[in-house]
Amino acid sequence: MSWITGVGLLPFGRHEGKNTLDLMSEAAALALDDAGLKRADIDGVLTGYATTMPHIMLATVFCEHFGLSPAYAHGLQVGGATGFAMAMLAHELVAAGRLKHVLVVAGENRLSAPGGRDKVVETLAQVGHPVHEVPLGPTIPAYYGLVANRYMHEHFLSEADLAELAVLMRANAATHPGAQFREPITVADVLASKPIARPLKLLDCCATADGAVAFIVSRERTGAAAVRIIGAGQAHTHQHISEAPSLTEFGAHLAMDRAIAASGRKLVTTDADYLAIYDSFTITLAILLEELGLAPRGQSCSMAREGYFSRAGTKPINTHGGLMSYGHCGVAGALAHLVETQLQMTGRAGDRQVAEAGLAFLHGDGGVMSSHVSLIMERQV
Amino acid sequence: MSAAISYQRCTPCGHVWYFARSFCPKCGAREPVTSPASGAGIVHAVTIVDRAPTPDMKALAPYTLVMVDADEGFRLMAHGAPRLAIGDRVTGSVVELAGRSIPIFKRA
Repeated sequence: MSWITGVGLLPFGRHEGKNTLDLMSEAAALALDDAGLKRADIDGVLTGYATTMPHIMLATVFCEHFGLSPAYAHGLQVGGATGFAMAMLAHELVAAGRLKHVLVVAGENRLSAPGGRDKVVETLAQVGHPVHEVPLGPTIPAYYGLVANRYMHEHFLSEADLAELAVLMRANAATHPGAQFREPITVADVLASKPIARPLKLLDCCATADGAVAFIVSRERTGAAAVRIIGAGQAHTHQHISEAPSLTEFGAHLAMDRAIAASGRKLVTTDADYLAIYDSFTITLAILLEELGLAPRGQSCSMAREGYFSRAGTKPINTHGGLMSYGHCGVAGALAHLVETQLQMTGRAGDRQVAEAGLAFLHGDGGVMSSHVSLIMERQV
Repeated sequence: MSAAISYQRCTPCGHVWYFARSFCPKCGAREPVTSPASGAGIVHAVTIVDRAPTPDMKALAPYTLVMVDADEGFRLMAHGAPRLAIGDRVTGSVVELAGRSIPIFKRA
């Protein structure tokens, strides 16, 4: 068993003049305060990577900077799935009795670093195969554009359908003061936005941001927060989209099945009160919702249109606005989903509070639907 | 000048794939056979890249990227002629584009 005893989330957007370590330190300080812990209480530290600060020992660099000397520390990399993979590892280490309080921290000045968005697009495109993909001039949106084209073809989704998910994330972000983009948008706005990798347009894509997130996974509760991770699982089916077994069937359900098995409970994803699902693109969110059994194939967007996934709906999702509107700063991007989940489950989400958040299912993917991590969180009553 | 797209086949297990290796990723057998493909295939997916990743590719944008299922049984990513769509029969080869060797397909 493990408890998420403290969380720290910075506003995402532009943090001019701050580097990765500055941002990580701010989030870590917030998480420590939230958990009521001191630096000396932290015996484990997990970090991801930062594209603006490549380093082979980021965890140690951070520990030295922030003033920690833990018994256990290292970085971890699985692209967009890194955040939830760190949460899973922290959970496993704590549940095994190996550590007492693991600080998980990520942050990046992805937007304001030299080169800005152009540099981000170029750097991230390198996730493709160096011989058989990258020389063709693809981008991350292009890899997902290929997936979108095929998935939409097989499941009769239109660009207007996918736009519903961008509209939903923006509506959620409008209620969060820390979100990068808060002005409401319509389906027409999404359709009229600049083409990026058709069928994907600018508003189908996540937003490049500066930001940071930290949280602490503990063996025992440290205060009022009574939220625990009860199951976690992964699945890795390929790295490059060229070698994916399918462009319409991915590993999300495999990861979630393993998380449910690890919980030892007879759960199905529709038992969830709250959902935190990776939304790097509208198509990502559509596929994940459908693959995780939260919507029939091809119907996630129409269900969103009808309010099923809205804050006051049956299955609220990413109430902070997700990667598309709260923003995406790399590893911390998905961790914002986890922090929002903990805030909802502890009744601290303010204007965004959902009616019930006793049980939450979280899912993230890295690469091009390559690496999947699922988490199940529960509030202790 | 154009050259054939090449692919690999495992003699013991028959597996066919595109990313060159010195062994079969399915059964591990060594010394797969590398062969030129016919270039014939069917478009599996298409995207039109408007936002290119690098300055040299920006000069070519917008360009079409396709996933093609080759008749020999492997799938690859390639450039495509404008307006290709899922299901189109295509023919392709490797050409020099922006100083790189790139597989490109057009309608058959």
